[in-house]
Amino acid sequence: MSLPPFETIVTRHGPTVYRVCRAVVGPESAEDAWSDTFLAALRAYPELPVEANVEAWLVTIAHRKALDQVRAEQRRPAPAADLPERAGHTHQPGGWEADLWDALRQLPLKQRQTVAYHYLAGLPYAEVAATVGGTPDAARRAAADGIAALRRSYLSATVRSSSAPTSTPVPTSGEPA
Amino acid sequence: MSTPAAAAAATVSTASTASQADPLADLPSLDDDTADRLHRRLEADAAASDLLDVAYRTIDTPLGSLLLASTDVGLVRVAYDSEDHDLVLQTLAAKVSPRVLHAPARLDAVAAEIDEYFAGRRRRFDLPLDLQLSGGFYRTVLGFLQDIDYGTTRSYTAIATAAGSPKAVRAVGTACATNPVPIVVPCHRVLRSDGSIGQYLGGTETKMRLLALEAAA
Repeated sequence: MSLPPFETIVTRHGPTVYRVCRAVVGPESAEDAWSDTFLAALRAYPELPVEANVEAWLVTIAHRKALDQVRAEQRRPAPAADLPERAGHTHQPGGWEADLWDALRQLPLKQRQTVAYHYLAGLPYAEVAATVGGTPDAARRAAADGIAALRRSYLSATVRSSSAPTSTPVPTSGEPA
Repeated sequence: MSTPAAAAAATVSTASTASQADPLADLPSLDDDTADRLHRRLEADAAASDLLDVAYRTIDTPLGSLLLASTDVGLVRVAYDSEDHDLVLQTLAAKVSPRVLHAPARLDAVAAEIDEYFAGRRRRFDLPLDLQLSGGFYRTVLGFLQDIDYGTTRSYTAIATAAGSPKAVRAVGTACATNPVPIVVPCHRVLRSDGSIGQYLGGTETKMRLLALEAAA
């Protein structure tokens, strides 16, 4: 057995790493984070043990690269934090991405990371904990808290706006235009 | 792709449903345009950082799809479809470096020369070669093959003699059969002493078509 061509790694894991990057650093920085991750992975690839979990390895690299970016973001002025809350959730192309990122961005970083690594990359909590630090139980709690917060801030907001103006739940509403 | 509103409308019947749904379902997946852009950026970054150990691409030719692969040194592999390109890439990863990337731009010059060859407009390849996949006597033989002019042929025996081992006719055959860069190093120009076509790694039919192409041009 030997390592497969790196191209195989890009094809197989590129999409998942992209979603992880989007969830952790947001739409604007996701491409930079993805690029940094795969270039660093390419550099280290020959040393990767053949039996290694490639996705966990990539997530660990993405985690470090995303941290670099988050820190760079924090050094810049943060206009987003001062923005008034959005009046409503838009569902125009692009609008919903911003809504979900808004919700993700409001999570504490560690929750956002554990949510992304467990729910998007499918890493078990032991692997998530090895990446973000702490115990697997703490990772499990952070992910659960993060998902619950997202359901409150993003999904229920979406439900409200999609069923508005009626105050009662609509059992079978039609497709929005 | 469904909008959150559509997803919510489809699934929400009571307020409690929001506690079951996957809030990350709306996170966009990697679309083809973005994937292409990211890949091209990775190719450029890898080259700039000296990490593009093996670049490859495929080209369409009258003989079917050809895989072309290059290292920093030069063209390291040309493979016919019949050799199974996935298997060839796996072998390159094992024998040269696992840093193998699809990087077509790196092989533009090679692709152009091979196109010209098949169009009958090129008689000699002017490309740096990396013959690391061939060693010892086989590699020596490849050097002699490069001296066989376009449109002419030699016998396995003649090559063995030229290489200084007149009895190593079978080894010359093996050198041809394991030539990592067929077409560019013209092992198809080597025939049996009796004039019959002999074997070819791309198949006898392919060998005959290459010889016919060169006879016609």
